[in-house]
Amino acid sequence: MSERKDIRTLILRIAEIVIEELKLEDITPETFDPDMDLVDELGVDSMDLATVALVLQDEYAVFIDEDDYPNLKTIRLIAEYLQTKLRTG
Amino acid sequence: MQTVSSLLDESWAARYRAISRLNIRSSIYDVTNRCNLRCKGCFFFSSGEHQVAPEETDLARWEAFVDRERARGVNLAILIGGEPTLCLDRVEAFYRRMPTSLATNGLIKAPRERFPEMMVGISLWGDEEDEKLLRGKDTFAVSSRNYAGDPYTYYLYTITPRQIGRTERVIRRIADVGLKVHMQLLSNDEGVEGFSWTPSQLADIRDEMDAMLDAYPQTVVSCRYYHEIITTGRMLGRPFGWMECPSVTEPLDTRDPRPKRLIRFIRWAADLETMHRCCTSATRDCATCKDGAAHMSWVMVNKRAHLRSTKDLQNWIEVYEMFAKLYGFLPW
Repeated sequence: MSERKDIRTLILRIAEIVIEELKLEDITPETFDPDMDLVDELGVDSMDLATVALVLQDEYAVFIDEDDYPNLKTIRLIAEYLQTKLRTG
Repeated sequence: MQTVSSLLDESWAARYRAISRLNIRSSIYDVTNRCNLRCKGCFFFSSGEHQVAPEETDLARWEAFVDRERARGVNLAILIGGEPTLCLDRVEAFYRRMPTSLATNGLIKAPRERFPEMMVGISLWGDEEDEKLLRGKDTFAVSSRNYAGDPYTYYLYTITPRQIGRTERVIRRIADVGLKVHMQLLSNDEGVEGFSWTPSQLADIRDEMDAMLDAYPQTVVSCRYYHEIITTGRMLGRPFGWMECPSVTEPLDTRDPRPKRLIRFIRWAADLETMHRCCTSATRDCATCKDGAAHMSWVMVNKRAHLRSTKDLQNWIEVYEMFAKLYGFLPW
């Protein structure tokens, strides 16, 4: 699988988790703008991020440091963060 | 899906952006178990919290404790007691290390040369008559002399049911000494006769709080939505109570499902080891709790729930701004 396809798959899965965990309505993983600022546009807070992070940690077996939350502002940034974690183990 | 930019025009969006990343992480600290007043209705004494743990007296241990709190991510120390100004060296241990807000009765002045920009909230329980009845003296006469014109000080006016129709005089006196005022309601922890709220009294005081905000916009730090929340005990159709309160000490929070809450919030006793259940008395009935900060925080932690409509989100912004002003994160 190419890296580009990899990140696209990750983005869709993260979008799916965000929609499910935050109970967002009228949006699908495919229509979720991966560059939308989750804090500035969706009102996501650190408790929301912690909820999403827990699911991601379980699913991808990586540790997401709470100090990194401020950098995880968009679905794409979360996907890139995860990709780096998965690469470096 | 509702988004912030779909709900707000540019001026409101700018206000939202100014607060959306403040990420305020507060905790509350009992600085001392002692006070120079004994007020009827003070939860600290009525529920025996002053006897729960001995005071740590070693200043070096206070300093090390505050350093640990900073490392834990706390960025706002709210100092209560007892009366914190009885131990100004402990107050200074906080002030030198993180943004600090002092809750005091104002009888002893925290000197500005030592605490130049510390936010100070002075407790006030009504007019002279109620103050003498509940606190044994007219504290305003002293505290207003100590802090007149101070730009970082406000009165935390705890309104009692007997104050209905009498709040304007109190607020005008505060305006006359050049200070701000924020209003909350008495919870009457000691059941003093005539000081418990009835539904019609709560409706009346809500109207009066709105009127004070309109009449004294430069003095009153508040907003109509806060008045609605604190007088009705309801937010977006949900009642306030144990299963909703955001201000429960995090390590003691066993609620399931866990509600939206203040991240890393702890209320510490003065031994620096014991934790209290919440920001106020563990013996208080949460369903009738009127604590102003708890109700503000309740709104603040439920941000996404307020993305239902433009008005809901504007209400959320106004409450957050109010809190940020009272604790020094935004200018008046």
